[in-house]
Amino acid sequence: MSNLIAGATGDWEIVIGLEVHAQVTSEAKLFSGAATEFGAEPNTQVSLVDAAMPGMLPVINKECVKQAIRTGLALGAEINCYSVFDRKNYFYADLPQGYQISQFKQPIVGEGTITLDFKDGSTKEVGIERLHLEQDAGKSMHDQHPSMTYVDLNRSGVALMEIVSKPDMRSAEEAGAYLRKLRTILRYIGSCDGNMEQGSMRADVNVSVRRPGDEFGTRCEMKNINSIRFAQQAIEYEARRQIDIIEEGGTIDQETRLFDSAQGVTRTMRSKEEAHDYRYFPDPDLLPLEFEQTWVDELAGELPELPDAKKNRLMDELGLPSYDAGILVSEPEISVFFEEVAAGRDAKMAANWVITNLFSALNAQGKGITESPVSAAQLGQLLDLISDDTISGRIAKDVFEVMIETGDDPEKIVEEKGLKQITDTGAIEAMVDQIIADNPDQVAQYAGGENPKVIGWFVGQVMKASQGKANPGRVNQLLKQKLG
Amino acid sequence: MSDLTSLSMADALAGLDAGDFSSKELTQSYLDAVEAGQAINAYTTVTADQALDMAAAADDARAAGTPGPLAGIPLAVKDLFCTKGVLTTASSHILDGFHPEYESTVTSNLWRDGAVMLGKVSLDEFAMGSSNETSYFGSVENPWRADDGQSRVPGGSSGGSAAAVAAHLAVAATGTDTGGSIRQPSSYCGLTGMKPTYGRCSRWGVIAFASSLDQAGPIARSVKDTALMLGSMAGYDAKDSTSIDTPVPDYAAALTGDIRGLKVGIPKEYRLDDTPAEILALWDQGIDWLKQSGAEIVDISLPHTKYALATYYIVAPAEASSNLARYDGVKYGLRVPGDSLIDMYENTRAEGFGEEVTRRILIGTYVLSAGYYDAYYLKAQKVRSLIARDFEQAYQSCDVILTPTAPSAAFAPGENADDPISMYLNDVFTVPASLAGLPGISVPAGLSGEGLPLGLQLLGRPFDEETVLRAAGVLEEAAGFTAQPSKWW
Repeated sequence: MSNLIAGATGDWEIVIGLEVHAQVTSEAKLFSGAATEFGAEPNTQVSLVDAAMPGMLPVINKECVKQAIRTGLALGAEINCYSVFDRKNYFYADLPQGYQISQFKQPIVGEGTITLDFKDGSTKEVGIERLHLEQDAGKSMHDQHPSMTYVDLNRSGVALMEIVSKPDMRSAEEAGAYLRKLRTILRYIGSCDGNMEQGSMRADVNVSVRRPGDEFGTRCEMKNINSIRFAQQAIEYEARRQIDIIEEGGTIDQETRLFDSAQGVTRTMRSKEEAHDYRYFPDPDLLPLEFEQTWVDELAGELPELPDAKKNRLMDELGLPSYDAGILVSEPEISVFFEEVAAGRDAKMAANWVITNLFSALNAQGKGITESPVSAAQLGQLLDLISDDTISGRIAKDVFEVMIETGDDPEKIVEEKGLKQITDTGAIEAMVDQIIADNPDQVAQYAGGENPKVIGWFVGQVMKASQGKANPGRVNQLLKQKLG
Repeated sequence: MSDLTSLSMADALAGLDAGDFSSKELTQSYLDAVEAGQAINAYTTVTADQALDMAAAADDARAAGTPGPLAGIPLAVKDLFCTKGVLTTASSHILDGFHPEYESTVTSNLWRDGAVMLGKVSLDEFAMGSSNETSYFGSVENPWRADDGQSRVPGGSSGGSAAAVAAHLAVAATGTDTGGSIRQPSSYCGLTGMKPTYGRCSRWGVIAFASSLDQAGPIARSVKDTALMLGSMAGYDAKDSTSIDTPVPDYAAALTGDIRGLKVGIPKEYRLDDTPAEILALWDQGIDWLKQSGAEIVDISLPHTKYALATYYIVAPAEASSNLARYDGVKYGLRVPGDSLIDMYENTRAEGFGEEVTRRILIGTYVLSAGYYDAYYLKAQKVRSLIARDFEQAYQSCDVILTPTAPSAAFAPGENADDPISMYLNDVFTVPASLAGLPGISVPAGLSGEGLPLGLQLLGRPFDEETVLRAAGVLEEAAGFTAQPSKWW
């Protein structure tokens, strides 16, 4: 697949690197005991440390370290048993300390890899440069007062993992696949809820363009993008903007830009000259972060099955196609749902029902898998009813529609609506005889040699007469005998 | 001074135990002395009511047979320690009106042990200085004056602490030492002051100057008082990641007076060309005293000493420039409005910080800046490691190290005001141990030609405060320093 985009003077290649800020799932902040719940009243989850009161000191929260290690392991990355927290110094009203505690030179996690999956079943490896732990800042609220800015420190000090990719992506589609896959991995291991709307996962997108095979071009960074769609829009817009500038003889200025999601455009936020000098240096309030490899090994042993492994298992053991398997592992809740439906049943049929029927029904209702009105057990029961010939596949679709509406068990619906399949050969035979007797013209056509189409017509008539309840296999069989 | 305020901490504790007087009486005597001693300008806040309440509680505890180790002892607290509900300023304008909602660990430990808080004492602004002239609340006077009657600075940054203890406006005081801020004022005021090993006392609730160097310690009128007070101040604190979890020994019990066989190192690099003869003579005298008490004198070398001051004046300002970023007018303390956020920052910090603090923030910002970091900060960190290694190697052949505390006696106010470098040189003997995180004590050992006290410094191995105190006790005994400042206040 070619990712090149055409300019007026030839083809261009986009180069994308992503820095994802993922909020660590933890009851408490990175260096204080304050709570981290989303949506609390402003300034109710702020400790003395988070407010940077004089003389307050940070103490590392072991849970956050654990989650960073687990995430590193899930990214197949090297875990550094010795890492260092640095101070990143800058002034802002929602940064009470006047510095952010981060990791600059020696991060907790080094290089790793993410495998992207595409619709056509192809995959691509994207390198992870590093993962480090850092504090989030507070929130400035500019809309609370005509001339003043209010500050909410609830988020101040919350633990973030900054996950930095290598500049390995070449299209907005790849960047989207990367974000989705990363979010899937984070959700599988539970180190981040991946909720971009609530800001617990945000992306800084670095984009440059070049002629295929050339050196990297000058990049621009779009900060704090909070949806995958926006990230992709920003990339498309930014690449086109850069290509236009270069093709008109200009050069790209390295700068930080803002993506305006309402207008779909990027704008200069600050140029390289205005870039902060963060004056990083090791935080003297904290000792280097050291832990034993045995702890890392222990955490590795406790990791749940990861999406790639699960996908391979679905393909190898259940014989599912790559694309289906990819969809079924895309969220931990979906994979759990699917595995419950598929347990002891025809896996391909289960996959079909989940992907085609359930997902379109949920989409129509704007619901996620966890809000599904049909439980995995109920969907399993429906599949059982098909398998044991209680109902046909056709009737099953009708039953499923009712299930989605009412949440009732399939047996109950089949029973109440009298949808049980007619497998009694005598009853079907009577219907077949009647149809043949009523339609001599079609019988004649059949005898004339237009078999397939005409037999289909006869099947349809019998099914209609049975209100869809006749077992289609038997109907076919009997018609062939009788017309034969 | 009244009889009660003339007592040492050890004697006051004995008197309280014997029922000779109550803590309320003792505390009232000190409050009276504080009132009478305002000319010294040591106190920024006097907490008289709180002191008397704490004294009453100590008396009750003693009556109930459950007194803490320091029950009823009135102390002064350097105004760098956050004290719950009590104005805490770091002697800076920028912390105007700041009343912490929390109590520092070190002061909590003292109150837990029954000590009584008389109030908060002045310091060089944010502990940056060697003369207590940079306090927003005005210079503190040294109770000691030269023979010709001229006034002297008390040293710094714990100048208010030292002046208060020397003038008997407190039994003892907390100090903090970043590059000599306990030892140098102790030397200037004829007192004993100890900077323990880095990590021995919690930094939680102590307003930070340079986090990798700051360490709390006591300033008192005797080695024994110093030992008693350190025992209460010290201890592991999970809230300070640099605090070390090791038991606190009975420091007073270490004062056996027996240093036979103790190896005392004499670093040749501390014998500077321009050190006044009387300082060198006192040092020789100290060597002799220890030798006569049975110690073995060992010549040692600390080859990187000459880089210590330069290293210190990179590392400390670098950390300070970051530590003081939080004073921005947004959350607490002074706010000087402006047309924009940046304006407000600039106005607040320009008005809130004094000249010395501003100078150090600028130096620190500079040495951490892109393009300068490697040449300054990184190199300084490397030299710091070498200085620490010098000491490690020296302690292969000795147990403690004896040096002068400061290169001079207390100087006159304004003497070094226009010359930061000569001001910084006051720390030349104290800074190396700070960079290495080692324990050090200053003991008064004699008087200068002008009749001003001079101290000798003993340094020890990490967490070996006991040996340092033991040697200091012998030095104190030998020196027999009993001189007192003539009361002019």
